[in-house]
Amino acid sequence: MSQGVYHPVLDPAKARPFPEAVLPVLRNPQLRKNVAHAIDVIQAKRGKLVVEKTDWQALRTAGAAIRTHALENLGAYLTQFEERCTAAGGVVHWAADAAEARQIILNLLREENASEVIKIKTMTSAEIQLNPFLEAAGVRTYETDLAEIILQLGEDEPSHIVVPALHVNRAQVREIFARRMGLKDLSDDPRELTNAARNYLRRKFLDIPTAISGANFLVAETGSVVVVESEGNGRMCLTLPRTMITLAGIEKVLPRFQDLEVMLQVLARSATGERMNPYTSIWTGVTPGDGPQKFHVVLLDNGRSSILAKKTERQTLKCIRCAACMNACPVYRQTGGHAYGSVYPGPIGAILTPQLMQMHHAQTLPFASSLCGACYEVCPVKINIPEVLLELRSQVVNQERREAGRLFDPMYLGLRIANLIFSRAWIFHTAQFFGRIGLGVFTRKDGWIHSLPSVGGKWTQTRDLRGLPKQTFHGWWAARAAKPSGEAK
Amino acid sequence: MRVSLFITCYNDTLFPETGRAVVKLLERLGVELEFHPRQTCCGQMHANTGFRAEAFSQAKRFVRLYQDTETVVIPSSSCVAMIRDQYPGLFAELGNEELRKQFAALLPRVFELSEFLVDRLKVEDVGAYFPHRVTYHASCHGVRALHLGDRPWKLMNKVRGMEQVPLANLDRCCGFGGTFSVKNAEVSSAMLAVKLQDIVATGAEFCTALDNSCLMHLGGAMHRQYAGMKTIHLAEILASTETSPAEGVA
Repeated sequence: MSQGVYHPVLDPAKARPFPEAVLPVLRNPQLRKNVAHAIDVIQAKRGKLVVEKTDWQALRTAGAAIRTHALENLGAYLTQFEERCTAAGGVVHWAADAAEARQIILNLLREENASEVIKIKTMTSAEIQLNPFLEAAGVRTYETDLAEIILQLGEDEPSHIVVPALHVNRAQVREIFARRMGLKDLSDDPRELTNAARNYLRRKFLDIPTAISGANFLVAETGSVVVVESEGNGRMCLTLPRTMITLAGIEKVLPRFQDLEVMLQVLARSATGERMNPYTSIWTGVTPGDGPQKFHVVLLDNGRSSILAKKTERQTLKCIRCAACMNACPVYRQTGGHAYGSVYPGPIGAILTPQLMQMHHAQTLPFASSLCGACYEVCPVKINIPEVLLELRSQVVNQERREAGRLFDPMYLGLRIANLIFSRAWIFHTAQFFGRIGLGVFTRKDGWIHSLPSVGGKWTQTRDLRGLPKQTFHGWWAARAAKPSGEAK
Repeated sequence: MRVSLFITCYNDTLFPETGRAVVKLLERLGVELEFHPRQTCCGQMHANTGFRAEAFSQAKRFVRLYQDTETVVIPSSSCVAMIRDQYPGLFAELGNEELRKQFAALLPRVFELSEFLVDRLKVEDVGAYFPHRVTYHASCHGVRALHLGDRPWKLMNKVRGMEQVPLANLDRCCGFGGTFSVKNAEVSSAMLAVKLQDIVATGAEFCTALDNSCLMHLGGAMHRQYAGMKTIHLAEILASTETSPAEGVA
């Protein structure tokens, strides 16, 4: 936040582990209130629109099938996209990683002698940390999405992929605009705030001839790029500038133009709870006399092809970035996005981020879920997020269990011992006996445990635990069976 | 009908009264019960924490113990979800053909308690009497993994004397999540606080569910916060009658 309450770090290589990163957020009641309020509003809107769509489950099935097919034939569809886009006057570039993508974009900007660039909201550019790179190279970046302007001017970071400033409320927006735009009489009336942003933006649109966008979809059949948005700033960026550079992950491709019929229906309803988003821009190469006359697409891999190679994990790439999973997630509702230490927060971030990092960073994210399944239930392309979370948890455990320091880690030790306990009934029963004696030390007269040491203390910091009863169920069953009458007690 | 009761490790250790209630209820309905003395755990905790090899050994153990059983009933929705949703993946990855076949044959005979009552026994009125104000927490695994749907209500609606109070945000997680509750204790506690607000707002005397793990989480917070209400497994409500009320309930 601009007031310096805390500074979110959205670089998985530098972010703190999730259980630590949540602490400043959980101690920030204003932020938690802002997040929960925004989420509840979106969820209520989405709920109504999904119910009215009687073929919603069929649409999800179709969405999943289209995305699965596209990924299974990704190489062919990307090649087709490159062909068709090039034929229409676009230039396609391939970037293996973030560094290469940043350099390609900088080189293109240098060819244009651009010292400033306007941007349509793109999370992929945040993934490759494009803005700080361009700023360091002497190119000023101007976000044009209202939420992104709030964050850029407030020196804050996105906490959501569709509504990046949902953790900021109106009063805070007023403060940021008043301070950064020099408007000391600005009120927090939404109309006034929007007008302030509009005045700020109009000059940028008129003055800056170079723009950067992301892509919601690439269409292989036609070589088109699709961007959906709510404010019209994206449409402006596609109208006024001379040069457009689009950055898109390689997974964004759809086979046919007709596939948009399904994808646009599920995207708008899932993302913002609207029947259709206000602006849908589709462009194919360049059109003489209309819009940018130079058009580049940078296709970014950055770890995606290695995800594609894995059977369970591949479904992660079906994602169309609607954010329905984070809106449905009870963990995200408490923490907001910053704690995930990545531009991709929430359940999809918990599976995507560690994989983009090739499992070298963000290993605590797959554990940042109670596995409640709400994400899978709402996902419009049926990504089984809990299944991928479990797969990644297993990979993290396999990494960590070889580390010498884990030998006496209470969690690892406890689970190893538990495995031994469950391997034989007599060991289980012996453990129950000694467990009752051991826990008896901590059990108060009221029969409850109020405080436990070590990992147990994590439980008792907010909950009590009922003391272990004298007789187990199997003990009762055996005693009952031993009685001649076969009657209980 | 012969039914083998898989009580689950934590019910055996922490909630034997739930097991006793299942016995009382099913025997009242004419079911012949057996209890495999060598049973331990389904492997859910290990599987959900990423300890796949360990989970596999427990899953294998479960299939070996129960493969010849006519019907298995489990009074824990998350353990049934473990068996249904995770065993196939574990066996595909680590098991052999024989084990997969044994499991495939066993799986249709494994029931969660409310499934067993409504789908298999085809009974909704189990003759229960429970003169209390009760709210039902639909555990995540019950809603989204087992798709229990209206089965719990079919049973609850026939309990005489019971007043049901609907719970707001019914399908929202209580924040337990097994080892999540200690690995991410602070977030888990924040989720718990929100859930408890909704539950306390019902003004019910009891919060019930088909999974004691959620109830252990909720009950622990109720006790810590002097919330003035208690948790009770639905089996204990269904087992309760005029002449033989639920254990520990006046």
